[in-house]
Amino acid sequence: MNKLLSTPSMDSPDPEIQAFFKGRHRQATLWQVIFNLSTLVGIIVLVILLVTILNRTMGFTAVENEIAPQSLSDRPMDELEINEMAAIIRGQLTRNRMRTIERAGPLEEQGRGKVYEILIEEVVQPKVVQSYTLIDSLTKRGQISAEIAEKFPQATMEFRFWLNARFLQNAMASEPTLAGVRSALLGSFFLIVITISVAFPIGIGAAIYLEEYAVAKNWINRIIQTNIDNLAGVPSIVYGILGLAVFVRILVPFTSGAMFGVEGGSGRTILSAGLTMALLILPILIINAQEAIRAVPNSLRQASYGLGATRWQTIWNHVLPYALPGILTGTILAVSRAIGETAPLIVVGASTFITSDPSGPFSSFSALPIQIFNWTTRPDDTFRNIAAAAIVVLLVSLLTLNAVAIILRNRFTKRI
Amino acid sequence: MKETILQPKAIKVSQRVTPNLQKRIRLGETFITALLFFCGAVSILTTLGIVFVLGNEAWLFFGGPDVDLREFFFTTTWQPVIGNFGVLPLVLSTLITSFIAMCVALPLGLSMAVYLSEYASTKTRSILKPILEILAGIPTVVYGYFALTFMTPVLRGIFGDGTVSIYNMASAGLVLGIMILPLVSSMSEDALSSVPSSLREAAYGVGANRLETAVQVVVPAALSGIIAAFIIGVSRAVGETMIVAIAAGSGPKFTFNPFESAETMTGYIARISGGDLSYDTPDYNSIFAIGLLLFLITLTLNITSRVISRRFREVYE
Repeated sequence: MNKLLSTPSMDSPDPEIQAFFKGRHRQATLWQVIFNLSTLVGIIVLVILLVTILNRTMGFTAVENEIAPQSLSDRPMDELEINEMAAIIRGQLTRNRMRTIERAGPLEEQGRGKVYEILIEEVVQPKVVQSYTLIDSLTKRGQISAEIAEKFPQATMEFRFWLNARFLQNAMASEPTLAGVRSALLGSFFLIVITISVAFPIGIGAAIYLEEYAVAKNWINRIIQTNIDNLAGVPSIVYGILGLAVFVRILVPFTSGAMFGVEGGSGRTILSAGLTMALLILPILIINAQEAIRAVPNSLRQASYGLGATRWQTIWNHVLPYALPGILTGTILAVSRAIGETAPLIVVGASTFITSDPSGPFSSFSALPIQIFNWTTRPDDTFRNIAAAAIVVLLVSLLTLNAVAIILRNRFTKRI
Repeated sequence: MKETILQPKAIKVSQRVTPNLQKRIRLGETFITALLFFCGAVSILTTLGIVFVLGNEAWLFFGGPDVDLREFFFTTTWQPVIGNFGVLPLVLSTLITSFIAMCVALPLGLSMAVYLSEYASTKTRSILKPILEILAGIPTVVYGYFALTFMTPVLRGIFGDGTVSIYNMASAGLVLGIMILPLVSSMSEDALSSVPSSLREAAYGVGANRLETAVQVVVPAALSGIIAAFIIGVSRAVGETMIVAIAAGSGPKFTFNPFESAETMTGYIARISGGDLSYDTPDYNSIFAIGLLLFLITLTLNITSRVISRRFREVYE
């Protein structure tokens, strides 16, 4: 040790000292590589996750038709005239089915595109019997076509984008190719509207109270603060259980709409789910809003008090406008948590098979994450494709929300 | 507003003004204060609601003729249909998935935190932190999908289809670890960066290199924060539902083999309440009993974490 202290240099001629420095240096480099690698792992995981999802949203499919188009007409289907198509449809479908289809008017008046759609969906009925991932489709094209030719001689090979306009417009259906996310998207939308309109005022109110009024640190204020911190850590499924017992069961006259003369009677409605979700995001919202309010400089308050403003006037005219960008950003982050949350919705009873759009706060509903969960857990592989497509929809809407949060924050910050 | 503005001509020296200095009672202000207090109290009502609902229904569950506390905590079969209520299989699989998750999240999260706080330049950090935030913002159902369609096939590819079932705890646990990774790393990083730079400079001053400074000075100084992050991570892993519901399988099973399927506490609650549930059956009451257990476990973990980070924090000046 003495030797080291007297010559603390790498240029020392003593081989022992050189080895000592080299050893330390080697160790430092090694660990730096380890630290770098583990950070890299995080990025790689994110990339793999996105690739796994995108990989399933498009690719080759083997499509088998219930009725071969060749047996219906000599010419390709999409070249037929509207009258010919209508004739084929009339020849193939039962009278009952025809009555439902022609309720809006005879086939010839429904437009060529619409009739073609009916012809394909109702008569030809293409079914995806096997789907391939995007990576396989790009790299093993020959192998796939050989496999399809061998396993499904009737089938044709088609490249399919699972995430298409039809997917966004269609309601839930039992056939993956016809199923869509419209009702689930609308369900999520209604849910979020209820959640925000309940959680936002209460959350901001609580944050204002804790930051501006509860300056005296007495026991009740301390309990409220500790309690909010603890609530933020409660698992979301516990909120679901709370919602099930309180909103779905005890408050059933209110949440089912029976109080307002709505028929139905079940408490498993959008309103119940929205209220549950509001309780869930409330602690996060309060904590975010508290931070935003705390960041308002004290001089602003003092100036306002100095001019004789009351406490509420100070808060309303000075503190809140200054804190607004932060509050909005925090709210949007809390809301994006609510959009992706699945477990409480399962417990309060979101339905997985809803073919009609939700009509109001008292209708039963599905939501986007519920739909993803349902499709993921089906054994049929093609459902994984539409689950991936629904995930892309969900992630895109979350990204949009976050982008809005950033834009809002920038715009408001500039103005003040 | 108007009467509070003083008109200059109203002030005359000769005129003896005796202002009423008593605090004026403002009804509007009092009303607003009460309203805001109510908003704050909603959170307390929520907690009371959780405790009351869980406690009440769990009371009915344990008060029923089929279950007693000893059976609940010490037997290893959970089959409510035939009257077996031993919660251990559910607890064990929760512990196994959480343990696997922490094996992923702790080393990775800590080294990421050390890298971000001690090594990365400001520019690198400004790129990496948003990436971590994106990871943290991905809904858990998406992670569940990832576990089932990516992690499980990979595990089956490595260990063979015979050893690894389609639904297994290992896949769920690994993905759980990835899910809590951003949380653990960002909380640890906060703890590391709050260590004052004078400590680092002192270490550099006596000739320590960057690694020695980080590992022997900064990490020990921030240890309480890191432990707090770790405990919060465990709590999050225990309470997470969707990943285990999708990837760990359904059907409670008492097994230590991570490659087998076994239902966790949260997975059980999700499965039971997802079906057609009729009120006041043992099934219905059991989700409250398990919910209460889950609530108590996570609450204990969260409080422990807060106490540790507060009490054992090194205070610098």
